[in-house]
Amino acid sequence: MNITVLLRMVPDVVEELEIAPDGRRLDDEMLRMILSESDDHALEQALLLKECLGGSVTAIAPEASEVNDALYTAVAKGADRAMKLTGLAAGGSTTVLARAFARVLSGGAGVVPADLILTGVQAHDDLDGLLAPLVAHHLGLPHVSIVTRVQVAADRKTAIVAREYPGGVHGEFEVPLPAVLGIQAAEKPPRYVPVAKVRAAMKSARIEELDQAAWEVPPAQIEVLRMDKPEVSSHAEMIEGTPDAMALRVCEILDARGLL
Amino acid sequence: MAIWIVAEQWRGKISPITYELLVLGRELADALGVPLEAVLAGSGVEDPGATLGKADSVLYFDHPLLAEPVPELQAKAIAMLAKIRHPQVIAVPLSNVSLGLGSLLGAELGSPVVNFCKDVRVREGRLEACCVLYGGKIEATVAPQGEPVVLGICPNARGADESHVRPTRRVERFSFPLEPSPVRFQRYVEPEAGDVDLTQQDVLVAVGRGIQQKENLKLAEGLAEVLGGAVCGSRPVVDQGWLPLSRQIGKSGVTVKPKLYIAAGISGAPEHTEGMRNAELIVAINTDSRAPIFDIAHYGIVGDVLDVLPALADEIRARRE
Repeated sequence: MNITVLLRMVPDVVEELEIAPDGRRLDDEMLRMILSESDDHALEQALLLKECLGGSVTAIAPEASEVNDALYTAVAKGADRAMKLTGLAAGGSTTVLARAFARVLSGGAGVVPADLILTGVQAHDDLDGLLAPLVAHHLGLPHVSIVTRVQVAADRKTAIVAREYPGGVHGEFEVPLPAVLGIQAAEKPPRYVPVAKVRAAMKSARIEELDQAAWEVPPAQIEVLRMDKPEVSSHAEMIEGTPDAMALRVCEILDARGLL
Repeated sequence: MAIWIVAEQWRGKISPITYELLVLGRELADALGVPLEAVLAGSGVEDPGATLGKADSVLYFDHPLLAEPVPELQAKAIAMLAKIRHPQVIAVPLSNVSLGLGSLLGAELGSPVVNFCKDVRVREGRLEACCVLYGGKIEATVAPQGEPVVLGICPNARGADESHVRPTRRVERFSFPLEPSPVRFQRYVEPEAGDVDLTQQDVLVAVGRGIQQKENLKLAEGLAEVLGGAVCGSRPVVDQGWLPLSRQIGKSGVTVKPKLYIAAGISGAPEHTEGMRNAELIVAINTDSRAPIFDIAHYGIVGDVLDVLPALADEIRARRE
């Protein structure tokens, strides 16, 4: 079972996000980039499948700040190959990235043929489309998104996958392989890997680079006119003070509403 | 020329988000002076116009294959109609049922896609979308270039109630050949019943990432106990395996409307707030003063849940003694 995982770095939203002086994008000097959360789940799902079925896991990510760390971490967790798309404009659109991934996955540039292509169901900056359906569309492969379970058939020709619906309902789909799956959550939480193992991977593994500079990037179809931080706290009445003082105030509010 | 909204149908029923899209679509159609058309792709729907009368007409694509909830087939059917009718806008719900449909439609039609729209307006004859990015921390104002524009509309972009549900007789029916998808629907799996029915609780203490580790859940349990409520959580907590799926609030989980919702260490991503924004009283606790949860909370506390939850539980206990 050869599994390719498409990974992306995204701004860590736990940190304060600053808008660049031109007002149209984030100030990337201030950004801390992390692996997109659902991509982390896609990687975990790939590793779980490999443990169960054998084969290999290849992690591919576009060039971005901190991406080497993420790729070495993937290797430390059990990925066999790590690859990086270079020469693409940073902060590019998901639509363009989907084309770039489809381009390298369709046989060029020494990529391992995949039985399954996994990626996160959605990144929080997917402004112009979602990666999984777009990559599937460009490759002419079947696709299922919001996936939380993957069960590959004994003949390895099909998989049964569970897709989330509202209200805790799941839908089961049969999908022929190779296929592209947008992973919402792996069957287990993403594994922890000690820093020492990541350091060891940095010494032993090599990140293969797939240069995309010669590729004519399709033009963007949407224009960001401006970015703003939303007006927050316009609604909430803020309670301040020590934890005890705040607790006292909350109690008064609850008491007044008959909730105590 | 027309504004289209995609009417979402799931398990034989038109989804509520469809009526929200109809309200938004009506505004856009009126601003641009073009008709509003609701597009429904389904199989054997008896009266496709029964509830979609806020649209000027309904375009119904009827095909047995569309009985299965496969977004690729929906996208192919709607793209076929779009190639004949040339709408200016195709608004698609960003829901778990329709996820992926907008991207596929954009790819089929070579059209621009604008995701995560919480608002769309017409300004000087042009569309401008306001999009929620980075988990609600940034709003981007976006101008699409080219037509038709595919807009992915977030839940609650507009309010909709029963007053928006009315019938229309103006239904155009279509049925073109469709190739079956290699993706085959098998069955629905109903959720396992949880130990508590969250929708019936008056008080919910909801925990998010800010709870940091599983051991700290007992702080939320302690507070829930003194308030006579139950503990629930946002997606990250459930994905970590700290709470069962039956306790998840939001897009993929349960939608609740308790008398009191304490959001502890929850940032307020749209996927979560979709399931709790109508709670009667929301008290949010978060270390980040700019967390979007404070936008929908009634009361906010900037602080660490690990300090505030026990302080609150102690205070309530002290009052009762």
